[in-house]
Amino acid sequence: MSVPRFWRELDSRYNLVGSYCKITKTYHYPKRSFNPDAGRDSIGNMVDYQFNGTGTIISSTVVHQAQSGYEMFGPYCMAIIELEEGPRLTSQVVDCDPITVKPGMKVKSVFRKLGEDSESGILHYGTKFIIDEIQDEEEVDDNLPDVEL
Amino acid sequence: MRDVSVIGIGITRFGELWDRSLRELGLETGLAAISDAGITSKDIDALYIGNMAAGSTLQQEHVSALIADYCGLTSQNIPATRVEAASASGGLAIRQAYMAISGGFIDVAVVGGAEKMTDVSDSESSYTVSMGSDEQWEAQTGATFASLHAMIAQSHMDEFGTTREQLSAISEKNHYHASMNPMAQFPFKISGEAVSNSGIVSSPLRMLDCAPNSDGAAAVVLCATEKAKKFKKKGIRLIGSGQASDTLSLHHREHLNRLPAIGIAAKRAFKSCGKKVTDIDLIEVHDNFTISEVIALEEIGIFKRGKAAEMSLKGETRLGGKIAVNTSGGLKARGHAPGATGIAQIIEVVKQLRGEAGDRQVKGAKIGMTENHGGTAATAVVHILEVE
Repeated sequence: MSVPRFWRELDSRYNLVGSYCKITKTYHYPKRSFNPDAGRDSIGNMVDYQFNGTGTIISSTVVHQAQSGYEMFGPYCMAIIELEEGPRLTSQVVDCDPITVKPGMKVKSVFRKLGEDSESGILHYGTKFIIDEIQDEEEVDDNLPDVEL
Repeated sequence: MRDVSVIGIGITRFGELWDRSLRELGLETGLAAISDAGITSKDIDALYIGNMAAGSTLQQEHVSALIADYCGLTSQNIPATRVEAASASGGLAIRQAYMAISGGFIDVAVVGGAEKMTDVSDSESSYTVSMGSDEQWEAQTGATFASLHAMIAQSHMDEFGTTREQLSAISEKNHYHASMNPMAQFPFKISGEAVSNSGIVSSPLRMLDCAPNSDGAAAVVLCATEKAKKFKKKGIRLIGSGQASDTLSLHHREHLNRLPAIGIAAKRAFKSCGKKVTDIDLIEVHDNFTISEVIALEEIGIFKRGKAAEMSLKGETRLGGKIAVNTSGGLKARGHAPGATGIAQIIEVVKQLRGEAGDRQVKGAKIGMTENHGGTAATAVVHILEVE
């Protein structure tokens, strides 16, 4: 990918920055300067917003035949994730057995290497996700009644 | 608005055509189509070319002029236009010609689709296909085109209980149909078990759920019906056309297990000709993955949502069943050369309506339909054809 093309997306890729629409009070990822739900009124009313990085798995798959440039990562988990603020994105879920990723699981964003153009080419960094240690209540042992030993 | 007829067809076998160039394939099918129509190059008012990826696979853009030149049409300076909408390029090229003829601007158009996917490595051709999705925010994150369809399939399984066996039945059926199509890339039968046991590409999709990336070409001659009488062929009328768009990224859709642009394009096509889904005798759908055939049949309304996979396992989409789906073998077994696929679908329906489909003939077929889409159905185009 060309340097200018990567450079202008740095904020969205590195820092999970998207847009907040002041008209509809909704969040968008990646950044956009126009909100289709608000039409022309949204021009000039879309402000940068850094997402807090927590979200929920909507759907996932384990990729065995890897995308070009990702062969060394396979098999890896790709997922559609809904960020806490609302918008959805496609990303990898890493640092776990990929088959354990299921809809409804909580995830959080991490900063990772995405790939490189060549041995001497530019390195691409960006956002991936890991399983959040804090899951929904039912999976947390604290809900069990205390037992005197 | 004038009526439009398909008066000529020409198609190559799809596959790994390493000895043939894009221009050779274009010429071969173009000549076949005009000789089938009984016209000469002097009758042609315009050329439309469906092509998705010549820029990335052949480092050649401007393939409309390339094909026109190689076919000898530049000596008459015939207007030539390339149409691109990923895998929907061919169907959309048909629609551009249809609108130009119906609108009265031209009388006769040749619509050709051609693609070379095997001049590059598998990994390059797979990446090229994923450029039909959002390259920046899907493909670049590691999402293959198959992985997006895998999430569509998983979501369909989770919501409707669609099973592995049901998806396998779709590939089995398409190969069965292809075994009767000598022009198919894979003209042989495979079992459902073979599909279920093939290697995992992206869970839950396996290798034999996926259509190949093929080389191939296809061409048709479209003509204003009122002008078609002077040519020898009895035409098949192109009575309805519909097109729709959707978000480029799958993750921006409300439901992952639906492809709404297909349903909307179909509704528009039905409205344009006053037909309804129960009038259709056969259909060619865009089965780039087995799950795509399931969802296309549900979106068009041939089966209720969540029921198409079950009905496919019961044999309702087989030749002789409730409705014959993909008698050509579909993208899975006839092959999938993106720019040519939408045109190959039209050709299969024309062959069926002419009664020239051989062993795979749908008896008494009067009305047929095609559904062609690009990306995860960010573009969908539907056509309806009827015996004159």
